[in-house]
Amino acid sequence: MQSARADAAARLADMGLPGRRDEYWRWTNPAPFMAEAVPEAGAFRADTPIFADMPKVRLVFTDGVFDAAASDDPRLAGVEIARLADAPQWAGAFYGSLEASGQAPVRRPFAALNTARASDGVMLRVTGRAARPVHISYRQSSDTSEAILHHCVKLEEGAELTLLETGTAAARANLVLEVDVGAGARFHHIRPQGRSHGHRVYSAIFARISAGALFKSFTLSMNGRLTRNEAMIEIVGDNALAHIAGAALGDGADGDFHHDDTVFITHGAEGGESRQVFKKVLRHGATGIFQGKILVQPGAQKTDGYQISQALMLDDLCQFLAKPELEIYADDVKCSHGSTTGAIDETALFYLRSRGVPREEAVSLLVLSFLADAIAEIDDEAIAAEILARLQDWLARHRG
Amino acid sequence: MMGDQEVREGVDRETVETVQGMGSYKYGWSTEIEMDYAPKGLSEDIVRLISSKNDEPEWMLEWRLAAYRRWVELEEPRWAMLRYPEIDYQDQFYYAKPKSMEGKPKSLDEVDPKLLATYAKLGIPLKEQMLLAGVEGAEGVAADARRVAVDAVFDSVSVGTTFKAELAKAGVIFCSISEAIREHPELVRKYLGSVVPQSDNFFATLNSAVFSDGSFVYIPPGTRCPMELSTYFRINAENTGQFERTLIIADKGAYVSYLEGCTAPKRDIAQLHAAVVEIVILEDAEVKYSTVQNWYPGDENGLGGIYNFVTKRADCRGDRAKVMWTQVETGSAITWKYPSCILRGNESQGEFYSIAIANNFQQADTGTKMIHLGRDTRSRIVSKGISAGHAQNTYRGQVSMHPKAKNSRNYTQCDSLLIGGKCGAHTVPYIEVKNHSSRVEHEATTSKVDEDQLFYCRARGIGEEAAVALVVNGFCKDVLQALPMEFAMEAQALVAISLEGSVG
Repeated sequence: MQSARADAAARLADMGLPGRRDEYWRWTNPAPFMAEAVPEAGAFRADTPIFADMPKVRLVFTDGVFDAAASDDPRLAGVEIARLADAPQWAGAFYGSLEASGQAPVRRPFAALNTARASDGVMLRVTGRAARPVHISYRQSSDTSEAILHHCVKLEEGAELTLLETGTAAARANLVLEVDVGAGARFHHIRPQGRSHGHRVYSAIFARISAGALFKSFTLSMNGRLTRNEAMIEIVGDNALAHIAGAALGDGADGDFHHDDTVFITHGAEGGESRQVFKKVLRHGATGIFQGKILVQPGAQKTDGYQISQALMLDDLCQFLAKPELEIYADDVKCSHGSTTGAIDETALFYLRSRGVPREEAVSLLVLSFLADAIAEIDDEAIAAEILARLQDWLARHRG
Repeated sequence: MMGDQEVREGVDRETVETVQGMGSYKYGWSTEIEMDYAPKGLSEDIVRLISSKNDEPEWMLEWRLAAYRRWVELEEPRWAMLRYPEIDYQDQFYYAKPKSMEGKPKSLDEVDPKLLATYAKLGIPLKEQMLLAGVEGAEGVAADARRVAVDAVFDSVSVGTTFKAELAKAGVIFCSISEAIREHPELVRKYLGSVVPQSDNFFATLNSAVFSDGSFVYIPPGTRCPMELSTYFRINAENTGQFERTLIIADKGAYVSYLEGCTAPKRDIAQLHAAVVEIVILEDAEVKYSTVQNWYPGDENGLGGIYNFVTKRADCRGDRAKVMWTQVETGSAITWKYPSCILRGNESQGEFYSIAIANNFQQADTGTKMIHLGRDTRSRIVSKGISAGHAQNTYRGQVSMHPKAKNSRNYTQCDSLLIGGKCGAHTVPYIEVKNHSSRVEHEATTSKVDEDQLFYCRARGIGEEAAVALVVNGFCKDVLQALPMEFAMEAQALVAISLEGSVG
């Protein structure tokens, strides 16, 4: 573990910190992630718990520190659960390995910094089918807290796990998740990010997906002054599936809202299927960014890659900036991407109004239907229902 | 090859004939002619020499020198998906002129017959009664309607311009840029560098310092240019870069369709070409700019070819101004080219239609920029990229909706076709939307040649290469249809030729 941290520190020293001149930071200013003093962010303490009635193993982190008293008994059949500080042998070899390989072709200094300096995290080794989801629940109590957390998940052949990751980790957080999905294994990841508005978060998912495996990740962001969610997903085995989706709703009236999804999917094997579905609803000067790439390596034939990024702008001060990329080195593939930006469809609005639906409600309905494709990426109906309830709650709070 | 099998229903006979007649690069020969070179390399003295060779006024020299001084400080851009060896800018000739042009021939009759023969061999009509090659025998079209005025540029100089007198009657100025600098300095001073400033980018700045010739077009207010205008660029000399500069001004309510073609001899050593095209479009004016770029692409092992770094930009300055770029990019070893539209005027429109074909070891990084500044502006991008052999083909584009560009629209479609497993096709679009009443739609697909379509053709006795050419022509149809007829036919033939040897 020590050598993994030292290697990451060396990587970081070698690449330096990012600046606005870096191609993938042209639209997001990385400075707040590096500012010496943590910018103050009021914690929202009255959030209603999500997934409250769902059977799960809950692991609580308060201001970036594992809170054993608030957590469930960390025992679950088919899953070995440990803290970063007590990392078992497998985690020692695994920690930082996907982050390291995810540094090319684009450098990700904040992820290297995380590997070098993470203070806590969860190490999960999944050997069977987990009967309940593992729930990493973040709580922020201090307005100036900072968290650097690094989680590792290793799914052995045929294993299955749902990971829930909820809440705001700290006023400023740097969260890395490394996931190795073994052959035929299945991994579901659902991440509703916290309701407190002032926080700034950098997160990175590094995933490696083996033959016949499934990886699905969904993120809901409804708040956050500055959010950068990166995902580096590499399909290394044949006939694997990787879906990643995100719904972001931002209202500048709550304070600045700057939300950046930067996603790279690499197809390194045959017959892979990938989907990127990202939707953003923006109002009152909110800014949404999407940078996504499908890279198909030579020989990754029969790849089916799809990517969609869409923004719904509710007023004139918003911005949507997108760079949807394809980089393809194999001929027998089917890859496509689409990106659209626009206001609410006046015809649809008129249709609903003329049938007696009040304007506010009609807008909410249209926003929900706009987000539907992203929500549809959640397989578990109970989880999807909770996410939908959160969305409705947000829309109810942001009318007018 | 298909032999003389019967052409079936549903297959365009002309396409099949074109495919049958496929050859490799047809324009790879060179003309033996005595040349006058400036010394090798680039310095302020060379810039002064080029300026004096063109009898330029002092302001023009100062303009060039300012560009040169800026260029020295600039770094060559490296962001494109292009790999090529370091270019030694001191190991080039920046000026090459046929000796016979020294005496400034007053009309085409005085031009060296060798030069005229060169253009005749290329199929470029320098005699006013001649029609553009490729459409001879096209029945039922009045000869008048197909007349095209040509400005022929040979290495660093313009050899001659046809139909000048007739165009002058309509008030249209069509001449070489060096002549325009001498004869119409007020227009050149007003507009040169107003769309692509001297310091715009590395290659445009280089061009600003050393451009030797190119075309100048001015269409007066309310005038529809009586014929299509065209410029034909020929690189002939070895180790010589070509740096042409084109300036087109369409005054209020004017219209012009402009065609550009280019070829170069086969050589083992790569040659540099850095051009700038500026188009100014005032209120209610419209410009159509079509290019068939057929520079020597290098051989099947990637040896030689033209390095093509081009800055093309149209500024729709007036309300309701319109521009349409159509390009067929089949040549060049390296292509770096992003014809752009600045939609400044309200309700102005920009369109970009492109076919980029890269075979063997060619690399193309090309696309467009649509900068929406005015309200109710519209833009449309249709890009078709085809990669074969070991080639890399990248669409790079930008669509930007500024906060004041209310109610604007953009639609982008970029499709890539891969032929064979060793090539690459890439899409790098930048979309920036800063107001909510505008609508931006971007779609891109990448696929291989449709097996069902190929099978359909093969089952009807069409050979594999010919079948691929047919399918590819179908894939490109949206863009081919946007070209003027003469170009559409040439382009269709080129599509087939460029892909020769890419199958099997």
